Amino acid sequence: MKKIAVFLCCFFLALSFTTTSFAKEWKKVRVAVEGAYPPFSYIEPDGSIKGFDIDIAHALGQAMGVEIVLVQQNWDGMIPGLLARKYDAIIASMSITEERRKKVGFTDKYYQTPVKFIAKKGAYSNFTENDLRGKTIGVQRETIHDKYLTAKYGKDVKIKRYGNLDEAYLDITAGRLDLIIADSAALYTGFLTKENGNEYEFVGPDMLDEKWFGEGVGIEVRKKDTKLAEMFNKAIQTIRANGEYKKIQDTYFNFDVYGK
Amino acid sequence: MDFSIIQESWPIYLDGLITTVWLTVAALVIGLLLAVPLAVIRVHGGALAQAPIRAFVYFFRGTPLLIQMFLIYYGLGQFEWMQQSVLWSLFSEAWFCALLAFTLNTCAYTVEIIRGAIVATSHGEIEAARACGMSRMLMLRRIILPSAFRRALPAYSNEIIFMLHGTALASTVTIVDITGAARIIQSRYYSPWEAFLTAALLYMCLTFTIVFFVRRLEKHWQGHLLPERVTDFE
Repeated sequence: MKKIAVFLCCFFLALSFTTTSFAKEWKKVRVAVEGAYPPFSYIEPDGSIKGFDIDIAHALGQAMGVEIVLVQQNWDGMIPGLLARKYDAIIASMSITEERRKKVGFTDKYYQTPVKFIAKKGAYSNFTENDLRGKTIGVQRETIHDKYLTAKYGKDVKIKRYGNLDEAYLDITAGRLDLIIADSAALYTGFLTKENGNEYEFVGPDMLDEKWFGEGVGIEVRKKDTKLAEMFNKAIQTIRANGEYKKIQDTYFNFDVYGK
Repeated sequence: MDFSIIQESWPIYLDGLITTVWLTVAALVIGLLLAVPLAVIRVHGGALAQAPIRAFVYFFRGTPLLIQMFLIYYGLGQFEWMQQSVLWSLFSEAWFCALLAFTLNTCAYTVEIIRGAIVATSHGEIEAARACGMSRMLMLRRIILPSAFRRALPAYSNEIIFMLHGTALASTVTIVDITGAARIIQSRYYSPWEAFLTAALLYMCLTFTIVFFVRRLEKHWQGHLLPERVTDFE
């Protein structure tokens, strides 16, 4: 009898624990950001981290009524760090893909900009796919841009893969690369509008192929934190509606970054 | 743990392994060939000849290999005159910059290893050589360097292994060596454990292969220095 009582006690205790964890109230959300993907996130000379992703993170936090704690994490370790519970969400311009969906849960997109090539001004007067043949192209390692480039042109071009885009910009100014493929907004503000980049320009068409570039850029949470994902979705709608989103967008871009 | 991803991606590791091996071997061979004359000058040369070698060794032993490689790869690429020069066709290649950094680095350490071994040549051997009427060059060739190489071997085998492990830094300048392969696999499958463990095993295999051959060389060249084998009597 006593044994059964003890067992029941334990059972209910365990049950109460599980129910509390299901109904976890999010008061503080730790958000991972990258810091090497301007203008979405970059490090200021004084060491503070700034950018579109960071402003969006704070605006979403405000809309959800939670405290946002930023954690800086490099790209390679993003998803492992989320799964290892070093933070609760990732706001680091990470595109929504099927492959990543196997590991993490996504919110709706919070922006979607086209993918483009850049090259030296005047290098290609009328850019076609044939112009790529034999060229050396820089790309950030294992991003969707890398996969697209490898699958579509891998046999005809020489691909150099970088840990971050800053290294690719150094190499294109040093003349080691003919082209860089990346997100248009990142290229625009990270390079083309900078002193080193004013000799370079966009070439070729906007690439928005959903098969490759997916449904845009979302926020990643652990799969079981569905409530947190819902909170983010609602917050995205809120800041889209109340003008907060547009205010942030206009600080960094002169075009629409949300897409259709 | 899911090692099927390694099975799927072994060609990347194989390419990486080949890159690591040739980078290591090329850097070591060129570095050693440069180091021997430099070490001899460092011991026997005049003060004026010694000074630049001292400075070279001082710089390359005093700074991290990663910094040396960044200086050569990203640093030199910054200068307009460098991009205009005829050497740029070489310096624009990542493999050349990495190889240059590795070669100079291993050369600096090897100069010190060989210098130490030359200085430690026993006085008796040199006196005997002199008594036989050997010239300085002949003495160097027949007596000093052969015995110095034997003494240098254990320290040099460490340098070989350090260099092998040092080539992992090549992955930071877009070269896909073993470490570069591991970084690709870990970002593709988000599985750092499997990716880097595989790299570690490959490096370990290479290290043990090196140790095996160095042991055989030591036995061959240093047999007379090994402790005598004790024979058991019933």
